[in-house]
Amino acid sequence: MVAPMLADKDRIFLNLYGRKGWQLEEARKRGAWNGTREMIGAGRDWIIQQVKDSGLRGRGGAGFPTGLKWSFMPKEVRERPHYLVVNADESEPGTCKDRDMMRHDPHLLIEGCLVASFAMQAHACYIYIRGEYVYEREVLEAAIKEAYEARLIGPDNVHGWDFDLYVHHGAGAYICGEETALLESLEGKKGQPRLKPPFPANAGLYGCPTTVNNVESIAVVPTILRRGAAWFAGFGRPNNTGTKVFCISGHVNKPCNVEEAMSIPLKTLLEDYCGGVRGGWGNLKAVIPGGSSVRMITAEMAEDALMDFDSLSALKSGLGTAGVIVMDKSTDLIRAIARLAYFYKHESCGQCTPCREGTGWMWRVLERMAVGEAEHREIDLLLEVAGQVEGHTICALGDAAAWPVQGLIWRFRHEIEERIDRYRLARPHVQGASLIAAE
Amino acid sequence: MSVRRLAPQEVQPQHFAWSAASQEKVAFWLGKYPQARRQSAVIPLLWLAQKQEGWVSEPALRAIADQLGMPYIRVYEVATFYTMFHLAPVGRHHLQVCGTTPCMLRGSEDLKALCRSRIGPAFQVSDDGLFSWEEMECLGACANAPVVAIHDYYHEDLTAESLGALMDDLAAGRNVTPGSAIGRATSAPEGGPAVLLDESLYDGHLAAPVKLPNLPEPA
Repeated sequence: MVAPMLADKDRIFLNLYGRKGWQLEEARKRGAWNGTREMIGAGRDWIIQQVKDSGLRGRGGAGFPTGLKWSFMPKEVRERPHYLVVNADESEPGTCKDRDMMRHDPHLLIEGCLVASFAMQAHACYIYIRGEYVYEREVLEAAIKEAYEARLIGPDNVHGWDFDLYVHHGAGAYICGEETALLESLEGKKGQPRLKPPFPANAGLYGCPTTVNNVESIAVVPTILRRGAAWFAGFGRPNNTGTKVFCISGHVNKPCNVEEAMSIPLKTLLEDYCGGVRGGWGNLKAVIPGGSSVRMITAEMAEDALMDFDSLSALKSGLGTAGVIVMDKSTDLIRAIARLAYFYKHESCGQCTPCREGTGWMWRVLERMAVGEAEHREIDLLLEVAGQVEGHTICALGDAAAWPVQGLIWRFRHEIEERIDRYRLARPHVQGASLIAAE
Repeated sequence: MSVRRLAPQEVQPQHFAWSAASQEKVAFWLGKYPQARRQSAVIPLLWLAQKQEGWVSEPALRAIADQLGMPYIRVYEVATFYTMFHLAPVGRHHLQVCGTTPCMLRGSEDLKALCRSRIGPAFQVSDDGLFSWEEMECLGACANAPVVAIHDYYHEDLTAESLGALMDDLAAGRNVTPGSAIGRATSAPEGGPAVLLDESLYDGHLAAPVKLPNLPEPA
């Protein structure tokens, strides 16, 4: 199956690469803020229904239907105000899409914030951007200033919905991408996830009803409303609709970001947009298709994998954030996963014991496995520990730490075994006994 | 988790006070949150203190705690939890080298080796006070890996040679331009984008009034 390339006119982020200016005047030429008043005029039920009909699923990794999430907010505003919080804490290794949207197309995001806030009866919205994105924050602040000055947002604006938009920033914590950790951080605390329930739609920011959405989920909404739910739903397979910005990194000839239709074959994505795998398709070893937190797939599986939620979860992997990390045959997979294990160890908030202790333990074992200084039985032990971390923590960081390790062992166990054997061959005196305990 | 401590007492200054320029920014940030929720401003204020002083000292933590009406321990918690806060002085040019797997696959190990040989171990300030470096976790610019952030901005598509040249420029007091070291336009593929080349998209016709599809029937 050869999928036709998405036509330029069907792309939402027309300035993905920053070839044109991000400023209001240029953004308007690209269609931003066009028809916004009519969207607001059509009412919140209409907006939510359109988003539901479009089939948009959250772009932050979990893929929860966006329209459905919005409908969880209380129908009436009582004494507690409603909030929209936009998750721009993009830190999933392999992912760099929100960055381009914020620095090159910020007005689409701002417009989306207004429309989504109106749909959820929020008069205030916070965009939580990661601390490292300083330039992106500066652009966003400047774009918001423009929007205020043009009275597109703010009190008594031309759209008739009083709305304040604020940028907040973090300071280097992956965990703040988890929605309740993000809310804690926004309240000025350590970013430690909250127990759910209550869910943010009931008690979120400052204890008020809150919805947290990814940048891309919000930024695509105005264009969906302008062009129609059916237009958006026309891309990709059922249940996996729309266009999506993919980020391709690692061993391809030309790493890049690109917006394409959902369900594009992974092979097409790599060959057509990224100049192919370094050394040719035959040189491919493995792909992590959805940001570091999903299990890797082998070259054989990559052959006909489609880039969507259902295809990749059928492969026991996931679309996640669509950050594709490509690894060719020269890659030391054990070391690559050990580095990811270090990442999760570094970023664990320390609240739940299985994660706090488990991430460090997995990293130390993997570092030993990377040199081969381990026992064969430790591979199963590692798998067992990963299984004990998975699903036993407040938030999904535990799962995210376990899955890359599982992916490595499920698909490339032989590499670990060979590494251990090779290490032992060179050192007959340590055969059968590791000199270093697991800890 | 990352375990971090404040710098030893002998390094800590006696006092902390906002400069006039910082004060303006402090007011800007405080204006974003409801008055009763001004604790929300703690991360931005710690960041401003770091911008002003180069690092976050204990007197700064206390001053911010007093200003926001927070117990000192709550601000200590925040400062030690978030890894972008430097709890000890750093060099005039602090290099934040991304070391996570996407950057590692494209050569960040070479960049780290260069930093180690030219500067020393991570977080150690070079003898001339000019440089220090640290390994960061994913900076979120993976399509332009490997990446190093210097003075807040990203330098992308680096090699040991181009990072070395950057360090030479910094050492000589020359300005360095952020962005791709190989001349790529942001996250477009090397050699220029293959998409979004249809100039008619940008001629303004998209700003013409639209009729939204599926609008409800007027009552």
